[in-house]
Amino acid sequence: MSGKPRLHVPQPPARPGEAPDFSYVEISEAGSVDRPDVNARARDIENLAYDMVRVLDEQHTALGPWHPHLEADELIVALRFMLLTRRFDDRMLRAQRQGKISFYVQCRGEEAVAVAQTLASDPGDMLFPSYRTQGAQIARGRSVVDLMCQCLSNSKDMCKGRQLPTMYHWKRGNIFSVSGNLATQYPQAVGWAMAAAIKGEDDIAQAWIGEGSTAEADFHHALTFAAVYNAPVILNVVNNQWAISTFQGYAGGERRPFSARGLGYGVASIRVDGNDFLAVYAVTKWAADRARQGFGPTLIEQVTYRAAAHSTSDDPARYRPKDEVQQWPLGDPIERLKSHLITEGVWSEEQHAALDAEIIEQIDEGWTEALSYGSMTHGPFLDKSELFEDVFADMPTHLILQREKLRRTREEEI
Amino acid sequence: MARMNMIQALNSAMDVMLARDESTVIIGEDVGYFGGVFRCTDGLQRKHGEHRVLDAPIAEGGIVGSAIGMAVNGLRPIAEIQFADYIYPGYDQIVSEVARLRYRTAGDFYAPLTIRTPCGGGIRGGQTHSQSPEAIFAHVSGLKVVMPSNPFDAKGLLISAIEDDDPVIFFEPKRIYNGPFDGDPDKPAVPWTTHEKGEVPEDYYSLPIGRANIVRGGDDLTIVTYGTMVHVAEAAAERVGADAEIIDIRTMAPLDVGTIVTSVRKTGHCIVVHEATGFSGFGAEIVATVQQECFYHLEAPITRVCGWDTPYPHAFEWEYFPGQKRVAAAIRDVLEAA
Repeated sequence: MSGKPRLHVPQPPARPGEAPDFSYVEISEAGSVDRPDVNARARDIENLAYDMVRVLDEQHTALGPWHPHLEADELIVALRFMLLTRRFDDRMLRAQRQGKISFYVQCRGEEAVAVAQTLASDPGDMLFPSYRTQGAQIARGRSVVDLMCQCLSNSKDMCKGRQLPTMYHWKRGNIFSVSGNLATQYPQAVGWAMAAAIKGEDDIAQAWIGEGSTAEADFHHALTFAAVYNAPVILNVVNNQWAISTFQGYAGGERRPFSARGLGYGVASIRVDGNDFLAVYAVTKWAADRARQGFGPTLIEQVTYRAAAHSTSDDPARYRPKDEVQQWPLGDPIERLKSHLITEGVWSEEQHAALDAEIIEQIDEGWTEALSYGSMTHGPFLDKSELFEDVFADMPTHLILQREKLRRTREEEI
Repeated sequence: MARMNMIQALNSAMDVMLARDESTVIIGEDVGYFGGVFRCTDGLQRKHGEHRVLDAPIAEGGIVGSAIGMAVNGLRPIAEIQFADYIYPGYDQIVSEVARLRYRTAGDFYAPLTIRTPCGGGIRGGQTHSQSPEAIFAHVSGLKVVMPSNPFDAKGLLISAIEDDDPVIFFEPKRIYNGPFDGDPDKPAVPWTTHEKGEVPEDYYSLPIGRANIVRGGDDLTIVTYGTMVHVAEAAAERVGADAEIIDIRTMAPLDVGTIVTSVRKTGHCIVVHEATGFSGFGAEIVATVQQECFYHLEAPITRVCGWDTPYPHAFEWEYFPGQKRVAAAIRDVLEAA
């Protein structure tokens, strides 16, 4: 039977008022996916792009070949970083609602991604985060006060008031600057990794973007260059199902998993349960070893769910069911790791509550300290002439003249 | 000293820097084994190695994006964009990323990246091989924008660009790669060997970015120009017998305002000449500056001679190109207006 071309307009499974439906998410049994050697040929492990690597089962037991066998104290540190990330987000959200900061982006429900992947990296590895990768800063041990000062654009802001809140960077911690233009960090990470290989160094790069921005040309540039030059890089796609209001079908997710995009480039590609800390850690470690040993790039899709709004400027109740998060089949990453540790007998509800209370206190103290360095409305303020610094290494004449003009204007009565 | 055309001078600049500084690398389409479609990187891969001079996939966004990453990791990449007309897929990486990296990180991260690209018309290239897009880069804060007009300047400025810790967009007027061009396409081609600026030291030297060059002193009027049009302006002034002071700005950003203003205050007349379309072109910036700084010295309105506000046409190249006659007419009009 012949038909006529008909435009397909993707529709999410459920809109506000409808019952959430995640039957489209294909989920493998925990422990069921084989773990190949790190030198496996990409074409021999293509199943990894379609299966889902999972370590934690429904009873919170870790099993299978991807089980990373981390020590209990390492896992408790990881749990702490995830919880710290969540409580930091909570506090910054409140700060935005109170008018103390202009804007904020939470990563609620996705904490395992950045924390596990950063812990699986070496300190010399360069991280190219997106604006939802704050867990990388936390997991590399950055002070929450530093992050708060950036959000406040205050006198201790690392960006000197030039970036929106959340667009951090950390030179000493090897974390690159967050850009508000999506996916630009992807080819940059590949170039960084190429340079490491040119210099004969064994540091690797790791980059994150959301599934929505895989539609950008930079995603394809990065994969092409990574494949052509066999760059030591890990390219992560955090599939949290939603790009502001458009569901993952608008980036092409209805046809293939995002991980499968790597196959066409001949790049090793893995799909992982993004809310399973152990699985995310294990696949990242595998990819890092692969890159460091000269076997090239890996594309990893973390299947997760954006439990909060896109940003403080967004209201998801307008485009998705309110109770979708409760129906998300892969659960909450913090609850799952906590339950695993309790099942293992190395953690308890009481210890968890105490940790949570300690973290909340740490954040409250940090917030008080950060506010003492000022905000956009209360001093101490940044020196306004900083506006003209760092456009170039050396300030050219026209900027010196403009700085002088601003100074005169500010002093002038008119 | 050696006789070099602009291609050889650019090649020499890169050769010198590849040898002097092991962080220097080149990436671009066809730049490696083949040596570039205009031969600017000829022999450099053979001499300096395949890890230093990289052929790239046909993806300007990927070339610029990966070169930024290399620069952040301590290299000094020279990215070649085969034609300036192809640069737009890399525009986001240039404007949103490399231009602002130092600023947005308060100096913690920066990218010493040079982007070389042949520009301009006069080679029967049609609209996809003839554009002069310098103004849309000069408009972006955080970029340095350079366009040499001869082999000596080309080598000295390219070395400065490579050594610069900020991103530099380096435009190469391809019509004058092999010899100066006075705007008359019917005259036999002239090689750089006959021109004093074809004398180029073989070793290292640099010329400062942001400094204009007075090509020829004069008292009647000031012609502010750059690239291929420097040679057209010289011929046009000679054609009408005007005692013109010709300024080759060499750098659009940062602009050497002082040299221009001093000259116009002396001559009282000013013409701005460029190949790119006039509307919102770089000439408008020069005119605004001259108006503000030299208003009481001007004896006639400032005139611009530019490409017409159309795409660059294939069959009507010499009608489009602001050739000798148009520049000569502008000189005559400005001087008669006094």
